[in-house]
Amino acid sequence: MSISRRTILKLAGLTALGVTAENYASAHAGSTTAKILSKAVGAGKRLTKSNLQQKVRLAMVVDLRKCVADQGCTKCIDVCNKAHNIPDFGDSKDAIKWIWKEPYENAFVDQENFYMRDEFRNKMVPVFCNNCDNPPCVEVCPTQATFQRPDGIVMMDWHRCIGCRYCMAACPYGSRSFNWRDPRPFIRDINPDYPTRMKGVVEKCTWCDERVDQGLLPLCVEACPEKAMVFGNLNDPNSEVRQLLKDNFSVRRKPGLGTSPEVYYLV
Amino acid sequence: MIEHAFRGSKKYWSWLLFLALIILAGFYFYMRQFSYGLGITGMSRNVSWGLYIAQFTFIVGVAASAVMVVLPYYLHDYKAFGKITILGEFLAISSVIMCMLFVFVDLGQPFRVLNIFLYPTFHSLMFWDVVALTGYLVLNVVITRVTLAAERNSIPPPKWIRPIIIISIPWAISIHTVTAFLFAGLAGRPFWLTAVLAPRFLASAFSAGPALLLLLCLLLRRLTNFDAGEEAIKKLGLIITYAMCVNVFLILMEFFTTFYSHIPEDAAHMQYLYFGLDGKARLAPWMWTSAILAIVSLAILLVPRARRNHRTLIVACIAVFLSIWIDKGLGLVITGFIPSPFGKVIQYWPTLPETLIAAGIWAIGVFFITIFYKMALSIRSELEA
Repeated sequence: MSISRRTILKLAGLTALGVTAENYASAHAGSTTAKILSKAVGAGKRLTKSNLQQKVRLAMVVDLRKCVADQGCTKCIDVCNKAHNIPDFGDSKDAIKWIWKEPYENAFVDQENFYMRDEFRNKMVPVFCNNCDNPPCVEVCPTQATFQRPDGIVMMDWHRCIGCRYCMAACPYGSRSFNWRDPRPFIRDINPDYPTRMKGVVEKCTWCDERVDQGLLPLCVEACPEKAMVFGNLNDPNSEVRQLLKDNFSVRRKPGLGTSPEVYYLV
Repeated sequence: MIEHAFRGSKKYWSWLLFLALIILAGFYFYMRQFSYGLGITGMSRNVSWGLYIAQFTFIVGVAASAVMVVLPYYLHDYKAFGKITILGEFLAISSVIMCMLFVFVDLGQPFRVLNIFLYPTFHSLMFWDVVALTGYLVLNVVITRVTLAAERNSIPPPKWIRPIIIISIPWAISIHTVTAFLFAGLAGRPFWLTAVLAPRFLASAFSAGPALLLLLCLLLRRLTNFDAGEEAIKKLGLIITYAMCVNVFLILMEFFTTFYSHIPEDAAHMQYLYFGLDGKARLAPWMWTSAILAIVSLAILLVPRARRNHRTLIVACIAVFLSIWIDKGLGLVITGFIPSPFGKVIQYWPTLPETLIAAGIWAIGVFFITIFYKMALSIRSELEA
């Protein structure tokens, strides 16, 4: 059930093209990806978000049935924290979290079932940014420091963020963290390939956009020993995420708010 | 005009010196916050807005409340407010300055504040709030400058100022409406997601603001030879009464909808605020104080004889102001974050540096009010002499 290299490359190509079209148009003008894209869509035609969105909408599927088996496993969290230079403040009020575990009842706080499958009762489940289709954080940000790529990933510009934390008030999932103090002294081993952050800006999981652009899977997906996390293009009917959603019952966190979260949990 | 601010009694100067000391203390702690980060405050990953944004919200109301004297005077030609309109406008200017400072000290990256204008984002209410507040400040600065200059020269103010004054009336309503929209449009925060939030903000503003203005008028009468006039005081008292009734009514509306509908996510916030949740009830004693103060104030205001008696009226005004200060300047903003999106009760309390920074901003506001009122009253007494 693994995604072939070809599929990922295809996915990455489209994703990169989407980014080029929207946010980095000027920076990437004349680049190879831009050229390929203009060929694909037709020279002179303006690239819009919608015609790309029809091709790629990235999504994550987490099979909780596989995940909850080993409650002590933190591989997806460890690999993310290490790669993304996430400081360790312990579980203090200053904590920075991109992917972490919450009890099932807290993660799905609006879907309380007094009688439920013992399999999930009080079990820790992974939570991270849902990279929503209608992200409220993007809507409220006064500087567009947080924005959505055409493939759906909700990005953060740490150089533009003014630290007003309106996005944190708007996020219904508690997915965002603020640098209440300088994080750098609290990073164990700094990964030179990924930026560190400064105090006073907000950050969150971006589904490893830096890897997706290279045709690689998010680190958490790759690290999971149970292969419980699957990542792919929701708009491709043959993708693995679509197959899984077709064959299994899935839930999302707070779907009633209209944010359209793109992390699907199989239960 | 400004020269009047530089001439004053010993009392005047020692008051300003006292305020300057609080401002300096606040500035010192802001510098510490600036170097350490906002972690110096009690705010956290879960309660990510605290005293600063709460105080901002309360003071926007005080700023907007100037409309309660401007509207009767300019729109209805209600002459009794002639003497205090300028005081209301100066109160608005000082309040807007405080609002801007409260937002500023809340920013994680204050040097990037101009990004709001460099990348104007029309779908963000924060952008509109900044626009509304800036516009309101400019309007009131122009209005006070022009009308006071005309008064000093004993000539009627120029005609072109009238449309600007008229614009300032809906503008005042807009600053507090947009501030309510900051909160009331967030799907993930059920405590704020209520259509009565903006009306509630306006009602509480139109009671707390005029209550402060009335207290200032009575204080000026004691300290200086300025007399607002008995009719103006009476009318302000009446405005406060009506607005406070509406405010309490709207709060009771929230209680009904929240608790009768039994929607757990909605009820949890209110439950925490007034009764405590999971054994945690840090805000409950404050909210009950606020409720008792509201009842005391209404008990006085609703009895005409008590309302007309200055002694009891002062008690009522202090009760109104404090009741709303607690409700809006503490409870309303913080409780939006408790319980957290994960249903956990993680409490918040401001730290000492945070409190002193807030006190410093209040001192700046009072400092401005002092010198503005000094200017206005000096010009008046010069004319009378």
